[in-house]
Amino acid sequence: MANPIEHGGAAAQSNSFRQQPDEHGHFGGRYGGRFVAETLMPLILELNEAYEAAKADPAFHKELVYYQTDYIGRPSPLWFARRMTEAFGGAKIYLKREELNHTGSHKLNNVMGQILLARRMGRTRIVAETGAGQHGVATATVCALFGMKCVIYMGATDVERQKPNVFRMRLLGAEVVPVTAGAGTLKDAMNEAMRDWVANVADTYMLIGTVAGPHPYPAMVRDFQSVIGEETKAQMQAAEGRLPDVVVAAIGGGSNAMGIFYPFLDDVSVRLIGVEAAGHGLDSGKTAASIERGRPGVLHGNRTYLLQNADGQIDEAHSISAGLDYPGVGPEHSWLNDIGRAEYVGATDTEALEAFQLCTKLEGIIPALESAHAIAYAAKIAPTLSKDTLLVVNLSGRGDKDIFTVAEHLGVSL
Amino acid sequence: MSRIAARFKALAAQGRGALIPYLEAYDPDRETSLELFRAMPAAGADLIEVGMPFSDPSADGPVIQAAALRGLKAGATLVGVLDMVAEFRKGDDETPVILMGYVNPVESYGYERFCKDAAAAGVDGLILVDLPPEEGAVIAAPAQAAGLDIIRLVAPTTPDARLEYVLGHASGFVYYVSIVGITGTRSASAHDLAGAIPRIRAATDLPIAIGFGVRTPEQAAQAASIADGAVVASALLATLAQTLDEQGRATSQTLPRVLEQIRGLAQAVRAAGQQPE
Repeated sequence: MANPIEHGGAAAQSNSFRQQPDEHGHFGGRYGGRFVAETLMPLILELNEAYEAAKADPAFHKELVYYQTDYIGRPSPLWFARRMTEAFGGAKIYLKREELNHTGSHKLNNVMGQILLARRMGRTRIVAETGAGQHGVATATVCALFGMKCVIYMGATDVERQKPNVFRMRLLGAEVVPVTAGAGTLKDAMNEAMRDWVANVADTYMLIGTVAGPHPYPAMVRDFQSVIGEETKAQMQAAEGRLPDVVVAAIGGGSNAMGIFYPFLDDVSVRLIGVEAAGHGLDSGKTAASIERGRPGVLHGNRTYLLQNADGQIDEAHSISAGLDYPGVGPEHSWLNDIGRAEYVGATDTEALEAFQLCTKLEGIIPALESAHAIAYAAKIAPTLSKDTLLVVNLSGRGDKDIFTVAEHLGVSL
Repeated sequence: MSRIAARFKALAAQGRGALIPYLEAYDPDRETSLELFRAMPAAGADLIEVGMPFSDPSADGPVIQAAALRGLKAGATLVGVLDMVAEFRKGDDETPVILMGYVNPVESYGYERFCKDAAAAGVDGLILVDLPPEEGAVIAAPAQAAGLDIIRLVAPTTPDARLEYVLGHASGFVYYVSIVGITGTRSASAHDLAGAIPRIRAATDLPIAIGFGVRTPEQAAQAASIADGAVVASALLATLAQTLDEQGRATSQTLPRVLEQIRGLAQAVRAAGQQPE
């Protein structure tokens, strides 16, 4: 299996796209960074040192690979979606099956890396934010595995629309704290998790679930998630003898996308497409498409594209998918957008619902609503592409958690 | 000499520390907060901190969060906050005014334009909670050109080696965050403060104010005598919140009760005087 994190700074060419961020955590000199209160600064710096040390330690890699293989169940398959390919009538569609990981999404890749790091650092208490609950469940899972105290902050709105995951987290022994501030979604949960961390710095590790937050989180989470892209590369090589032509992934904070994009950044023949949640539509005012409808600003420790008003107040995001309902995006995506190395597009709530049903009926795979956004965009472009085009969709999570939301939108009462 | 330096110098000559009350701009509406602002010096405020409301105040506790939301609901913008300071300055040219908030609205406004406009309005210093010196280059030059002090936070978690670095980027005074946590939750003990302040003194000649967790007249007096000033925020905002009606509007009790509390704090700070170092 590809070593998931050793490539962090190992790209050979000087013109590589894989040498970001710089030592200050800046991507392209502008995005990312460390925008946190002084109380947290020493902790962020300590975390950076600890992560650099772990990255250079073969024992850490060995331990991570052990858990990836025997606990998460990696590698995940790259599935040729025959019926979907026929239905779309164009590009050959492959699905990277991250929904088959333990806990049902790509989230565990990152969580496992960070919990091993937290243990190395001697921390005993974990706090995390969650939107859809996938990151919360993954975090609660590893805390159960290692017998660590776990507190999950979740927006009150999300607690309501993701009840099964809330119950899972509690079964796993986590304390789930509903956050009523703001609209009660992921952004508010993130604020509250940061408040907890700042008040409990001595024993607490903050386990951020996406490629955002102060440096080193965006780079570290990307490194832990890059196992997705490394495997995809090798698996496509084995199946087709070459690289894919197009890689499509959904973007909320952007960790599953960064994980599958990163190993392909220097393979410039590979088109990388990030699909943001357009909500009711990109221009509806009810959207979560931070790159397409936002502008750069500073929130939650980093500079990145944000949905904000003219005065720099952060707007509420909207998406049918709780996991994409966030007004920001990882800073590396902001940079990749600006330099044109990746394309960022949107899929609406309605398109995601259609794709959710389509994937379920054609492939027998119920995708997460988050991943359904990527499928929706693949469905849009596949017919315009030649039959020898290889298109990979990152199927980042399974949709069992979403059946209540989907049923409600389809007018079915369960 | 800047208003901040002049004020701390004058207070040192009197042998006492400063009382620095905080108000959230537009909380619960522009007129009430401006009236409070104007009445603060007579009630005993030596310097005044004005909060710039932000939608996501991640270093603040529930009391300041709620105040910021009330301010935003009442229509607070940075233009509006600067306008309030300009109004205040018409009647007071001596009391230093420090704006405190988060960096995104300022970045959105534009660092250079903001520093120019803030100085023109009569602002003396800025505290941007989530802009550590590592990221501070964006504002250092514009602030210096405009004559604004950049007030740096120092926390109990700040190690000695870092103290020097942070204070190398500070001006005006040093804001000591006395607890490890968010605003308005816990309070530091006199013992903790007595241990912490000499460590900072050794690293800077700037005056030191203590904030986060200073609530009562006794705590304010203690903080102002151990250091050079005490910032009181959440305790005042909590009082203000208690006086609002069910729709969150100001009542006849709002100004009198907050000002009475400031008078009580000021009295204690003045009575305590400054302990010889």
